[in-house]
Amino acid sequence: MWGFIARKLIYNVPVYLGIILIVMLALRVQDPTLMKLGKNATPAQIESVSKSMGLDQPFVIQYFELLKNVVTFDFQEESWSHGGKSVGEMLKSSIPMSLAITVPTLGLSAIIGVCIALVAAYYRGRAVDRVLMIVAVLGMSISYLVYIIFGQFFGAFLPRQALGGENWPFEITGYGPLFLGEGATPMNWVSFYMLPVIIGLIVSLGYDTRFYRAVMVEESSRDYITTALAKGASKPKVIFVHMLKNAMIPIITRVMSTLPFLITGAVLMEIYFKIPGMGFQLINALTNLDFPVIQGFVAVLAAMFILTVIATDVLYALVDPRVRLS
Amino acid sequence: MSDTTHSDNQAPIEPLLKVRHLSTRFKTDRGVLTAIDDVSFDLAPGETLGIVGESGCGKTVTSKSVMRLLPDHLTIYGDDSEIMYKDLNLVRASAGEMRKIRGDKIAMIFQEPMTALNPVFTIGWQLDETLKYHTDLNKRQRRERVIEMLRLVEIPNPEQRVKEYPHQLSGGMRQRVMIAIALSCEPDILIADEPTTALDVTIQAQILDLMNGLKRKFNTSIMLITHDLGVVATVCDRVMVMYAGRVIESGSVGEIFHNPQHPYTKALLESIPKHGRKRADGRLPTIPGIVPSLWELPEGCRFEARCKYSDSDRCIHQEPELRPGLSDRPVRCHYALGSPDERPVNLTASAAEGAAG
Repeated sequence: MWGFIARKLIYNVPVYLGIILIVMLALRVQDPTLMKLGKNATPAQIESVSKSMGLDQPFVIQYFELLKNVVTFDFQEESWSHGGKSVGEMLKSSIPMSLAITVPTLGLSAIIGVCIALVAAYYRGRAVDRVLMIVAVLGMSISYLVYIIFGQFFGAFLPRQALGGENWPFEITGYGPLFLGEGATPMNWVSFYMLPVIIGLIVSLGYDTRFYRAVMVEESSRDYITTALAKGASKPKVIFVHMLKNAMIPIITRVMSTLPFLITGAVLMEIYFKIPGMGFQLINALTNLDFPVIQGFVAVLAAMFILTVIATDVLYALVDPRVRLS
Repeated sequence: MSDTTHSDNQAPIEPLLKVRHLSTRFKTDRGVLTAIDDVSFDLAPGETLGIVGESGCGKTVTSKSVMRLLPDHLTIYGDDSEIMYKDLNLVRASAGEMRKIRGDKIAMIFQEPMTALNPVFTIGWQLDETLKYHTDLNKRQRRERVIEMLRLVEIPNPEQRVKEYPHQLSGGMRQRVMIAIALSCEPDILIADEPTTALDVTIQAQILDLMNGLKRKFNTSIMLITHDLGVVATVCDRVMVMYAGRVIESGSVGEIFHNPQHPYTKALLESIPKHGRKRADGRLPTIPGIVPSLWELPEGCRFEARCKYSDSDRCIHQEPELRPGLSDRPVRCHYALGSPDERPVNLTASAAEGAAG
């Protein structure tokens, strides 16, 4: 197993090197210092910024410099738009913020989605199934923004006003004490992040349920199901043991492939709830032409993406004996 | 009603399985479809019954009805349908009662060994599962039994094989595992739905030999569903021929093969490739046309459109009852054939009436 993971890591090294190369080249199509200084910059200013960013070095040196930063997770460069903050500090504060929303959303959505899908597949074609699917399609069809705005208004703003502020657990914004910082308690987490998580859940459940239902329906028509019934297995046994283990393969694919998109894709949520997570910071950096932040964040996101791909392969191997480890 | 016209020619022993007037209908988007209609047969202890017919004739629906493996909410059984296993009517049995019977008293093996086993569990786990449901053996005893069963179905190295997954075994080996699973609780009845169709010919012979040997060892009755008359001739004691959801003829293997009385049975037998028997143009004899759709069944005999003996309004407008033909075994034909080469013989009306009563 460890050999398998090590091999997967090694195979993905060239992929990562390529990604970094493309990112760096794309960011240097135009002289990055102009982003900060504008077109009226004097040569002296340009030179000083170039020097501080290491942009006067040969490209190869810059390339290895960035790789070293990623490997050691040490980004010393100062952000251009957040004066005084290093890129490393911003990463360290925003990654836990993003994970605090995405991990619970993703995990709960997968678990609840699979459960609803099982119910729908069990009653396939009957009223229960139809109603569940109509609700799922309805949930998918409404814009993300509607959920966020309505969620903020009815989930936090109105009740807090009505109850005088103290007795309602949900905050209007999701920005509170750092998730991992001092003063962080489970209750803190609940009050600041529960509402975004619930909204995220509602949004993703529609898609997830429909996908998982399709998986279950497909699995339930397989021959091994009939075999299991013919052996005298009860219906719950057939569904939760035989079917679910086979369905784990597409379920893992789905969960893992949505993970990277959730980190950046929760941008709307992070903006509306004022959560300085990765998506929020990256969008800010892009609008402010914050070169060091863009470069650092994209490099780290690419690394996270590759790690999830490797984790997916490992999970496949754990679930499906047909995936060979060697 | 064609009541149990063939109940008298059974062996004196009480049959293990008595199927009476079994009609299975499916609710579909187009309405209710009758897949099999008024099927009756007996299965004696230790007997091998072959159920033969073209694709879509209702063989598999018959076997799945016995196991009650059809989706309950889409399946309607006829009001007078009975599948008596000992004193229990399987048609009306509860889900719990069926669970106790499936795998323990009546077991089943399937056509596709490549997909019938669960790909993500080991062979050993899948064998163990049946024992877990139906026996009180502890873990160690079950493991011993699993290895013993694998040895019985002649799988080399059973101690090693229990840890392997289905994809590591060949098709023939997987079918052996299926047989081991089916026989592990020593069932009274083994339903084999086209067990050799997906295997190549040499493996087919081995699997049939194995089934025959184990049948004698455990004294199991077998319901063998197949379209391969060669297989029937090798292993069966009795044969039931089905066509478009109806039983059209049944009898012992000898009777069916040497003295088929229904034109369809005869045509089926003629279409078996045989050395030295060719049509004038050198081609294999076939039955022209296709099985009628169950949605548009003809008013009269269901085989009429393809029957070379059909020559009367009676065949077109009146469906024949299943009643004794010339040699006193049930045939569904107005003009049951006397011998393979004879023209149809019109039975007298009185004989038909006698059978109907």
